[in-house]
Amino acid sequence: MIIQDRMRVTGQREIAKNIFEMKLTGKLVGEINSPGQFVHIRVSDSFEPLLRRPISIASIDNKANEMTIIYRAEGRGTQLLSMKKEGDMVDVLGPLGNGFPVGETPPGETAILIGGGIGVPPLYELSKQLTAKGVNCIHVLGYQTADVSFYEEEFTRLGETYIATVDGTKGRAGFVTDVMETIGDGFTTYYSCGPMPMLNAVQTAYIGKKGFLSFEQRMGCGIGACFACVCETTEKTDKEYIKVCSDGPVFPAGVVSI
Amino acid sequence: MFGWTSISSRGGVDMNRLAVELPGLQLKNPIMPASGCFGFGKEYGNLYDLSMLGAIMIKATTLDKRFGNPTPRVAETASGMLNAIGLQNPGLQGVMENELPWLEQYDVPIIANVAGTETADYVEVAKTISTAPNVKALELNISCPNVKCGGITFGTDPQQAHDLTAAVKEVSEVPVYVKLSPNVTDIKEIAKAVEAGGADGITMINTLVGMRLDQKTGRPVIANITGGLSGPAVKPVAIKMVYEVSQVVQIPIIGMGGVSETADVIDFLSAGASAVAVGTANFVDPFICPKIIEELPSILDELGVEHISELVGRSHRL
Ligand SMILES: Cc1cc2nc3c(=O)[nH]c(=O)nc-3n(C[C@H](O)[C@H](O)[C@H](O)COP(=O)(O)OP(=O)(O)OC[C@H]3O[C@@H](n4cnc5c(N)ncnc54)[C@H](O)[C@@H]3O)c2cc1C
Ligand SMILES: Cc1cc2nc3c(=O)[nH]c(=O)nc-3n(C[C@H](O)[C@H](O)[C@H](O)COP(=O)(O)O)c2cc1C
Ligand code: FES
Repeated sequence: MIIQDRMRVTGQREIAKNIFEMKLTGKLVGEINSPGQFVHIRVSDSFEPLLRRPISIASIDNKANEMTIIYRAEGRGTQLLSMKKEGDMVDVLGPLGNGFPVGETPPGETAILIGGGIGVPPLYELSKQLTAKGVNCIHVLGYQTADVSFYEEEFTRLGETYIATVDGTKGRAGFVTDVMETIGDGFTTYYSCGPMPMLNAVQTAYIGKKGFLSFEQRMGCGIGACFACVCETTEKTDKEYIKVCSDGPVFPAGVVSI
Repeated sequence: MFGWTSISSRGGVDMNRLAVELPGLQLKNPIMPASGCFGFGKEYGNLYDLSMLGAIMIKATTLDKRFGNPTPRVAETASGMLNAIGLQNPGLQGVMENELPWLEQYDVPIIANVAGTETADYVEVAKTISTAPNVKALELNISCPNVKCGGITFGTDPQQAHDLTAAVKEVSEVPVYVKLSPNVTDIKEIAKAVEAGGADGITMINTLVGMRLDQKTGRPVIANITGGLSGPAVKPVAIKMVYEVSQVVQIPIIGMGGVSETADVIDFLSAGASAVAVGTANFVDPFICPKIIEELPSILDELGVEHISELVGRSHRL
């Protein structure tokens, strides 16, 4: 169920250049049902900036009733968010959308998780849940540079992890697709989240494979009412649109026209 | 004054202080979500009981299904936002078969927002949708700035606005409100024209046309290039227009534009609106309508007012 919760900040730290890891506690955590769902955060108590910011849930700790989000402080809204301190209360709407289907990869088989930049966070909870049920996870994480890369250790603890940076300051120089080439296609399922060009490259490289992609779009309501966040579907016959916030953000590969 | 007092004491319930009667509409309170900001109610129906609302203005309905504009469709601006959704909706048949019947489970009047490209479309949609049992009024959208033809072209020319209103009035089974565009030189002229055309009420304002450019590329952020501005930023413009129009027409006004908290409702009533719609604020706080409804009685107490209608048009009395 979607709820509006006043969540308490239980942790906030800069884990890479302008990349923040924030921990929040509240009853909303109990409502989360799949990795890849997101929350819509009101960053200010006034009407400036006006709109909520959509941020993925990166990790859940049900025992502590705590969730982690990882975000880049870039524009006005996320910068304000990064100024919140432990103990502050934040208005959070969620959990929203449909996440990654963990059930699509049977135990004992291999899944490959490909993330780019701020698309990496939701893959962490996904990997935790997949590995917990006995799926072998391979992670391919792409960043611009070493100083904005994060969570290498956390992912490595869960499975084989490869890093690519555009400028070569960490891991392999280049894009996630360059790493993917070296891994081959001995896996059952792929899951990916990142910028559109990356999703397109991943989908094209793994044509014919079972995959799930998480999309981003500008949002208004975040709950499916305003038609701001639509994506075009590939079925060209009727030029249908689907909503990223409530039909997605995760869709099976091939559904969304990229 | 005494009339209202007796109504509230007869009912014994505080909420009667908020009840408002308008053509076709028995409103439990004067608060309703604005068209396009509440879909067809389903999403917000998961969050709270829609029966507590005064009414619901549903998303614009056109004759045929519409897919709307390319994305990005929204952009944030100072204390506001631009949108160019482009009237995406499931079309008359979809709304009649799926959306309106679903809303029947709630005890709440529906105001159907009707849009089109030419008079014949408006007339056909109005004729059919006004027969739905829970549609108690129509809101003629002659003010959408985000579609290429139709919509706003009717809303910027007094003669066309008059003729379209008259044509729709002829076929509608329920009272017709006309939604005015602020993107005109003199909104009073359009208001008078639709009143002469037989409108039962006016809803105002739709969004103000605006643009936002990307800092890096200099290109428009919204794919449609221009969008409609809404949110707290437009409220002073809306207040001024309600203030002016309410002094030149006899028909009631449902005011909107930037309503985000209870104090804004008081301002719109004071300016001359009889009821108030809440748009963009639903995105900021999905529970804003119930919150405002709950807060209204105590604000009336603070103002020393027994019934909410006493506030209507206070600004003119000076
Ligand atoms: C489903 C989903 C999950 C996301 N998860 C994460 C995450 O885990 N970590 C993270 O850092 N970022 C994530 N993003 C992107 C994040 O929403 C934007 O970076 C953020 O909204 C930008 O806000 P700002 O205040 O920095 O920028 P501003 O420039 O002030 O934003 C202006 C407006 O544009 C919107 N906007 C700007 N960039 C984006 C974008 N890329 N996608 C959607 N809306 C945008 C903002 O929400 C706001 O309404 C996610 C986006 C979506 C749609
Ligand atoms: C995303 C969005 C979609 C809208 N769609 C419609 C619509 O379909 N029909 C209509 O008459 N007005 C539409 N509007 C205008 C609102 O109903 C309202 O007139 C306007 O936004 C001003 O009110 P606000 O500042 O409270 O949002 C839309 C506004 C927004 C923000
Ligand atoms: S953001 Fe409103 S429909 Fe998706």
